[in-house]
Amino acid sequence: MLGSTTGLPARGKGFAVTTTTAAEPTRRDFLYIATGTVGAVGAAAVAWPLINQMNPDASTIAAGAPIEVDLGPVAEGQVIKVFWRSKPIFIGHRTKKEIDEAQKVDPKTLPDPQPDSARVKQGHDQWLVLIGICTHLGCIPLAHQGDYDGFFCPCHGSQYDSSGRIRRGPAPANLAVPPYEFVSDTKIRIG
Amino acid sequence: MSGPSTYQPQNAFLKWFEARLPIGGLIHSSFVVYPTPKNLNYLWAFGAILAFMLGAQIVTGIVLTMHYTPHVDMAFNSIEHIMRDVNYGWLLRYLHSNGASMFFVAVYIHMFRGLYYGSYKEPREVLWILGVIIYLLMMATGFLGYTLPWGQMSFWGATVITNFFSAIPLVGESIVTWLWGGYAVGNPTLQRFFSLHYLLPFVIVGVVVLHVWALHVVGQNNPAGIEPKSSQDTVPFSPHATLKDFFVVALFCLFFAWFVFYVPNYLGHADNYIQANPGVTPTHIVPEWYYLPFYAILRSIPNKLAGVVAMFGSILILCFLPWLDTSRVKSATYRPLYKQFFWVFVLVCLGLGYLGSRPAEGGYVIAARILTAYYFIHFLIILPLLGLIETPRPLPNSISESVRQKSGPISAVAIALIIGATAYLAMPSFAYAQGEHDAPKPPRNKWSFAGGFGHFDQGQLQRGFKVYKEVCQNCHGLSLLSFRNLADPGGPGFSSAQATAIAAEYKVQDGPNDQGEMFEREGRLADRFPPPTTWKNEAQARQLYSGTVPPDMSVLAKARGYERGFPLFLVDALPFFAYQEHGVDYIVALLKGYKDKPPEGVTIPQGGNYNEFFPSHSIAMPPPLTDGRVEYTDGSPATLDQYAKDVAAFMMWAAEPHLEARKRVGFQVMIFLLILTGLMYFTKRKVWADVH
Repeated sequence: MLGSTTGLPARGKGFAVTTTTAAEPTRRDFLYIATGTVGAVGAAAVAWPLINQMNPDASTIAAGAPIEVDLGPVAEGQVIKVFWRSKPIFIGHRTKKEIDEAQKVDPKTLPDPQPDSARVKQGHDQWLVLIGICTHLGCIPLAHQGDYDGFFCPCHGSQYDSSGRIRRGPAPANLAVPPYEFVSDTKIRIG
Repeated sequence: MSGPSTYQPQNAFLKWFEARLPIGGLIHSSFVVYPTPKNLNYLWAFGAILAFMLGAQIVTGIVLTMHYTPHVDMAFNSIEHIMRDVNYGWLLRYLHSNGASMFFVAVYIHMFRGLYYGSYKEPREVLWILGVIIYLLMMATGFLGYTLPWGQMSFWGATVITNFFSAIPLVGESIVTWLWGGYAVGNPTLQRFFSLHYLLPFVIVGVVVLHVWALHVVGQNNPAGIEPKSSQDTVPFSPHATLKDFFVVALFCLFFAWFVFYVPNYLGHADNYIQANPGVTPTHIVPEWYYLPFYAILRSIPNKLAGVVAMFGSILILCFLPWLDTSRVKSATYRPLYKQFFWVFVLVCLGLGYLGSRPAEGGYVIAARILTAYYFIHFLIILPLLGLIETPRPLPNSISESVRQKSGPISAVAIALIIGATAYLAMPSFAYAQGEHDAPKPPRNKWSFAGGFGHFDQGQLQRGFKVYKEVCQNCHGLSLLSFRNLADPGGPGFSSAQATAIAAEYKVQDGPNDQGEMFEREGRLADRFPPPTTWKNEAQARQLYSGTVPPDMSVLAKARGYERGFPLFLVDALPFFAYQEHGVDYIVALLKGYKDKPPEGVTIPQGGNYNEFFPSHSIAMPPPLTDGRVEYTDGSPATLDQYAKDVAAFMMWAAEPHLEARKRVGFQVMIFLLILTGLMYFTKRKVWADVH
C-alpha cells in the first residue's frame, strides 16, 4: 500500500514539472522512497510475530526432550510402541530369523539401499528402533505383517522388511531411525 | 461507490479482467479519485484509525484463537499459556486486550467529532445510524471478549450484564437461562460467548462496508458543515487523504504501543488475574472503562427495569439525533450556543464515566442521577429547542472561502478531545477493592524492573526463589511455572544444569506405569512446579486454614494492587512517570504488615492474624517470614525487609516472565514509530503543499 502511494504524487498537478525535468531522484522522491521503505520494514516486522506464533511453543519444545526406555521387559519377537515428540517409536526385539533375513539381503537391490548394520547400533543387532510413520503419507504401519517379516502399512499397502526398509509399495524411503543411544545394555535414550 | 468509474486500465490482462469484474474501477473511484473536502481536520482521520483498529483486532484475535481454549477449566490457564509459552504470545495478547481500549478511544473521538460538526444531519442520517449500530456491535463484542480470560471480572461482568435481560417482564428469567445455557454463567456460556466473539467482528466488517458505502454516496461532512460546491473545494482521496490518514494512524500507533509495551495492564483490572470463582464476587465490580458512563446511568435509577431501559435508551437515543437536533446548521463552529452545550455534554459524559467507576453509594448516586437526567435533557429538550432559538453565525459561501477566512485554531477541538479522552481513560482508576477503605496505602519501593528500561535483578530473583522454596511453597502453589523457566532469558539466570538439579529435588507424580499404578519420579525441566504438599484439595485447605485457600503465586503479583487515588493514578500511566508496581508494593507491605496485637477496638476472629495492609485486617496466613528465617549466601541481609522484597520481585517475574523482553521490544518499536511518524508527516506535508 505504501509502495503504491509513493508513486502517486507524480500524477497530482504541480508535481509533473519537477519530476520530469530532474533526471536524478529529487529530494521529494527520496522522501517518498524513504517513507515507503520504512513503512514496508514496519509491515514485515509486524508480520514476524504473527507468523512465528504458529511455530512450536516453549512448552511443546520442552516436552520434546529426550526420553529413556527400559528394554528389559521387551520379549524377543515383540514390538512395543512408545511416544517421543508425539511420534510413535517402534522398538522391536528381533528374532535370530529376522536379523538373518535383514542382513542377508543385498542392499543394492532395494529401493532405498541401506545395509542392516546402518539401521541398528553396533553390538545391539537384536534391537530395531524406528519412527513408526510410513514414509509415504504418514500412516502408522502394522508390525509383524506383510511379506517381509516386517511392517505393512494398511493405508496404501507399503511393505517394510525386518529392518524397516521399504520393499514394495508407494513409500519412497525406509522407515526413519530416530536419534538414540544405548545408556546401558537394557536402556536407550531417544532424542 | 460514487458514480460510473473513469478508470481505464492500460494492461491487457487488467482490461480483460475489468470488463468482467470491475473491482479496479470500484477501488479507483472509491479510494483514489473520490473527492474529499479539502478543509478536513485531523479529527476526520479517526475513521481510518478505526478501520485500522478493526483490522488489528481481527488479525490478533484470529491468532489468539489458535492458542486459546474456551473451557471453564482451561480458559484462564490457556491465556497464561499464551502469555508465557507461545512465541510472542505476550505481545499478541496485550495488543488484543489494549487494542479493544484503543478501538473505543478512537470510536468515542469519532462520535464526538460527529456530534460537534453535525455529521448526522441531512443527508447523512443513515450513515449516522449505521455508525450507532457499529458502536452497539462493538460494545457487545468487547463484552463477550472480556469474558473469555475467565478471570473474576470476566465471570462477574458476564453475570451482571446477562442479568440485564432478567429485567424484561414475564420472559426475562427464561431469556437469561437461555443466554447462559444453564442455571448460572458456566461452561456453556463461555463456549457460546467465544463463538459469538469470533462472529461479531465480521458482522462489524459488514456494517462498516455499508457505513463506508453510505459515506461515499453522500460525501464527507467537513468542519465548515457546508457541502462542496466545486472541484475547488475538494482534493482527491489519494494521495491527500490517504497520506494524512497514514500519518495519524502512525501517531495513534505510538499511543497504542505505549500502553502495550509499558503499561499493558493499566486499563485492566487486577481482579481479572484471579481465576473465576462462582462462589465469591469481588467487593468492587466495575466494567471496562468504555462502558462506565452507561453503567453509571444503569445504577442511578433505583428500578431494575427502568435502569436497564435507561441504559439502552441512552445509546439508542443517538439513532434519533438527526431529528432531535432541529438546527439546519451543521457545524458547531457557526452555532455559538450549541458549541457551549456540546462541551457541557462532553463533561457530563466524562462525569458519568467517573461516577460509573465509583461505588454506588452516597453522593456518587445523587451526582449520577443529576448527570443522567442532564444526558437525556440534552437530547430531548436542549437540542430541539436550540435549533429554534439559536441565531447561527453566517455561513461561508464555500469550503474554499472557509479555508481562507479560517483563523487558525483548527486543531483546538482535536487537542481538547484528545486531552479529554486521555484524562477520561485514566479516570476510572480501576478501583481495587483491596486496601480501598480503611487500610493504609502500601509504601512505594524501589524496583529494578520498574520504568521503561527496567530489568530484573538476577541475584534478587534467585534469593526470592529461595524464600519461595523454603517458606512459601509449603502452602502456596506455583502451578503455571515450569522448572525450565528458571533458566529462561530474562529470569533468575540459573543455568540449564542448575535448573535441572532444582527440578530433580522435587517429586513429581507421573503414570500410570505398565502396572497401571501412578508413581513418583524426580522432576524434569519440562515439568510444572508440583502443587503444595500440605493440602490435597481446596476443601482440605479450607479445613486447615480457617476457611481460606492459600492462593497460587504464579500471577499473584498482577492479581493484587491498591488504589493510588487522584491524581497519582493519572501520573502512573504517563511516559517517564509510569508506575505499575502496585502489586509487588502491596505484597511487601503485607508481608511486613503483621502486628502482634491488633489496635484497640479491633477484634480478630479465631484463626486470623492482624495485618495492617490486608483489606479486612484479619488474614489467615500467620506471619510467614521473620529475620533470619532463610539463609542467604550472597551477603544480602537476612532480614524480613529483604525477604519480602526478594520474594515479591520473584513473584513479579513469575507473573510476567517476559517483562524484560516486553520493555526491550517496546523501546525498539517506539523508536521505529517515531521515525515512521516523522517521515509520514513530511510526506503528507509535501503532498498537501499545493493545496494550502
